[in-house]
Amino acid sequence: MSERDRAMRLPVQPGEVINRAEPLEFTWNGRRFRGYAGDTIVSALAAAGERVFSRSLKYHRPRGLLTASFHDPGCMVQVGDEPNVRGAHRLVAAGLAVTAQNTWPSLRLDAKAVNRLAGRFLTAGFYYKTFMRPRFLWPAYESVLRKFVHAGTVSPSTTPARPDKRHAHPDVLIAGGGPAGMAAALSAARAGASVLLVEEEHALGGHLRWGGPDDLAALAELAGLLAAEPGVEVLTDAVVLGRYDANAVAILDRRHGGAEAERLIRVRAKTLVVAPGLIERPYVFAGNDLPGVMLSTAVRRLINLYAVKPGRRAVVLTANPQGDAAIADLKRAGVEVVRVEDARRGGDVTAAIGRTGVRAVQVADGTRVDCDLLVTAVGWTAPTSLLNAAGDRPVYRPQAARFFPDAARLPEDVLVTGGIAGDGSLEELTRHAAAVGAEAARRAARIAAARIAATPTAAAGEPGPGASPAAAVSHPDLPELPVDAHPELFAGRTNGFVDFSEDVSAKDLRAAVAEGFDGAELAKRFTTATMGPLQGKLETVNTVAVVAAATGASIAETGTTTWRPPYAPVTLGALAGRAFDPVRYSPMQPWHEAHGAVPLVAGAWIRPDRYGDAAAEARNVREHVGIIDVTPIGKLDLRGPDVPALLNLLYVNKWSKLGIGRVRYGVMCADDGVVLDDGVTGRLGDEHYLMSTTSSGAATIWEWAENWLQTEHPDWRVHVTPVTTAYASMNVAGPESRRLIERVTKGVDLSNEAFPYMHVRTGQIAGVDDCVLWRIGFTGELSYELHVPAGYGLHVWETLLEAGADLGIRAFGVEAQRILRLEKGHFIVGQDTDGLTRAFSAALDWAIKLDKDDFVGKPELAWQAADGSGPRLVGLQPADHSVVPEEASLIVEGSHIAGRVTSSRMSPTLHRSICLAQVEARLAEPGTEVTVRLPGGRLIAATVMQQLAHVDPDGERMRV
Amino acid sequence: MRKDLVMILLPCAWCGPRDATEFAHIGEVSARPGPDEVTPGRWRGYLYLRANPCGWTRETWYHRMGCRRYITVERHTQTNEIRSVSAAGATVEVPEPSA
Repeated sequence: MSERDRAMRLPVQPGEVINRAEPLEFTWNGRRFRGYAGDTIVSALAAAGERVFSRSLKYHRPRGLLTASFHDPGCMVQVGDEPNVRGAHRLVAAGLAVTAQNTWPSLRLDAKAVNRLAGRFLTAGFYYKTFMRPRFLWPAYESVLRKFVHAGTVSPSTTPARPDKRHAHPDVLIAGGGPAGMAAALSAARAGASVLLVEEEHALGGHLRWGGPDDLAALAELAGLLAAEPGVEVLTDAVVLGRYDANAVAILDRRHGGAEAERLIRVRAKTLVVAPGLIERPYVFAGNDLPGVMLSTAVRRLINLYAVKPGRRAVVLTANPQGDAAIADLKRAGVEVVRVEDARRGGDVTAAIGRTGVRAVQVADGTRVDCDLLVTAVGWTAPTSLLNAAGDRPVYRPQAARFFPDAARLPEDVLVTGGIAGDGSLEELTRHAAAVGAEAARRAARIAAARIAATPTAAAGEPGPGASPAAAVSHPDLPELPVDAHPELFAGRTNGFVDFSEDVSAKDLRAAVAEGFDGAELAKRFTTATMGPLQGKLETVNTVAVVAAATGASIAETGTTTWRPPYAPVTLGALAGRAFDPVRYSPMQPWHEAHGAVPLVAGAWIRPDRYGDAAAEARNVREHVGIIDVTPIGKLDLRGPDVPALLNLLYVNKWSKLGIGRVRYGVMCADDGVVLDDGVTGRLGDEHYLMSTTSSGAATIWEWAENWLQTEHPDWRVHVTPVTTAYASMNVAGPESRRLIERVTKGVDLSNEAFPYMHVRTGQIAGVDDCVLWRIGFTGELSYELHVPAGYGLHVWETLLEAGADLGIRAFGVEAQRILRLEKGHFIVGQDTDGLTRAFSAALDWAIKLDKDDFVGKPELAWQAADGSGPRLVGLQPADHSVVPEEASLIVEGSHIAGRVTSSRMSPTLHRSICLAQVEARLAEPGTEVTVRLPGGRLIAATVMQQLAHVDPDGERMRV
Repeated sequence: MRKDLVMILLPCAWCGPRDATEFAHIGEVSARPGPDEVTPGRWRGYLYLRANPCGWTRETWYHRMGCRRYITVERHTQTNEIRSVSAAGATVEVPEPSA
């Protein structure tokens, strides 16, 4: 124990929260310090005699303990890699490396404190005005100013914490775990409600924790009753961030998972009880930010919770019983109280004097009193944040010198109790809270019943909210809390800081008013008062008071600035929560992994991009037979008599006469005529169809079909069932594919005559019943697409590879398929089309049937057909066979952009580069020479081809 | 007025009050003109123009994380109050968008 520790650490206090049996060592700016488990960083440092914990934002003034709570403006520190830690809240832990922020070269000798000398030039709006001109110099200004900004440092190598999320649905949510919150929780739970009680500090109890023996006894009794109540969940070191419509509430649970990983709890509470108590307000006078100037609650916390002597010689300015109690605490702690200024009898303080801490205080009668501690107890601020979000506009009551919630403006599901609602003895407070808690439970039950009644039932017939609109509900009158008289003390006779976080003084605010920013909201924005890390918790009412005095309006007329969520800072990590990126694998994934598949992320799916050389895989398909896993292809099972009508509506082509066993390719557009999706649909039975969609469109097209059915044609009888993952899908392609399929299939005649191109059959493959076989050809080869019940996917896959070994079968990946389809000239939606590509721009003239009565996108396509507008999709071949223009390379005419390459590959079949391109319609004529600008700027010549297909344009290979 | 049934809590016609995050907001109900006689101006109004009123509006929501039904909701855009809910397509009468 060091010299100074002995000096400031008190003997055991009855309510202390430190565990003296568990000493801890940590460092502060590189020096070793000792504290106890239960100490905050700052209480441990204060016990060791430290007084300065940070430097202020603009003037780099030394700052110390003011509130000894989370919301202490002078106690933001850096802990390891974590900046902006609230040092008067964060508990000390063994080995913590704590450093001061915003200091250079050191906390004691801060070079930036020269700003203090320049203080009279750094008035409100200084930055706005001074660094505005000349504009081109702003980057230079900014780089210098940034070094003066109040913030810690973040190391890019820090391991990110793993924040988490939780959802909660309590009947009653209580914000604030002081005596009122505890009593409300107790009575709500006893009335049968499930209760979530949230307290920002490390323990329940509020001001009882740092009170006298009676307070501690009352706290022990409440805590005991609460612990025995099973319906209450208590969260400490958690803060209610905001309240949104219908009591959607966000809570930040700081305790979850240790200091670094926070958890966001999304709550839907039936009723919300707001019981945050009151925040003690600082007093505005010269030197009010010096280390050694503390609020009465800070002094009481230090002494009673942490057994730390806050100073040696104290002057106390008191205007209320809390201040009086602080005097008693100080005396008990052995602090010499050299002067008490009682504001109720005209006492006042005009200045605190000192450089790095209080050395003397000048009081009302002009006497200068030597001391190292000045305690002020001048009144309270009601933290109305959550109430504001529920529609409340706080009302100022001059006789109590604080704002009160306007209960009449609150919705039924928000109630208020505790110090924010009024004063009174502990008994009066807890009695009020108990009544509010019981009422909150009653209203929660009523709201729950109304929601259940609003839930349609099968018996009710027509859908719709079943319950009749709620009749006006009468609420019993809740007891009123008394309101104690309190002198109005905001800004004293001298100038001091109103906003400690932003270094805004009363003088700055008066200057803002003089410049015409003559309302609280205007002055706030101009001076940034209340806009710092504390968000107005200490500063709002003083800001309003100074602005009111300067404008000559009353505080009530001036009104308070609006509190907005979040109530306390929240990390972006906590808002983001854990990363939930679902990943999908096909049933054949184990085989892919065992055979060296290079993974490709395709939406939610992980697919084999290639197993080795993609070009060799593609060649093998053209020469022998290949097999590819196409499980992600979207599959919709369509049943009902009106399926043809649905297909006719969704696809641009005609579907009325599709025979059983037939397959047709179709393209879907949106109503703006833009290509949405494509795929094949086959007719399996009289009223049974199977639709395939693109892999990425699987979910969209299901909802698309449902949307048209439900909103435009609810009379059509169609059932749409997504079966994408019910089947494992694989495509067997290549000249040997029929021979291979014949070896494993039963019950299907595979001859070209019995099962020709663009037909579908069902049968048994590799012993698996109910498989679907499609004769289609994305690759341009003879090929069979097999849909196999997903559980048998791997079995069928392995059987096919085994059975085809002598035929030269090889698995191929997405890249080989992309090569093959490009050789064949098949476009890919989203690759060769974009969000503006209408169907005639995708070379779909042959498919679009404008003589159909209706289909989605028909008018736009009719107009496109008439005016010929929009680009055209063409096949393109560079003159230099070896140059593969990168996809998205521009097609240019001088400086004019006339198109772009949408797909390009080296063709292993043709041994030359091949492309698809979108070009202006006038360039779409076969044989047109165009110029392609490569990304490096080089220009190459290319020729527009007769058709999209580079290989087998007549489609003979797939029809054999 | 059903103050408990405001936004963020959306009364599905089939499931009752549910968190709005379960739904996809499809947009204002915009009547689809007949495709044959329609003028480009009228059609593109259907595609792109929305009244976006400060007041009552009819819109389609899709209960994506629930029953997967599309519903028509009459909602007040200022207060988020909801006046009626019905299955989409059941009784859709689209008010003429004001000029």
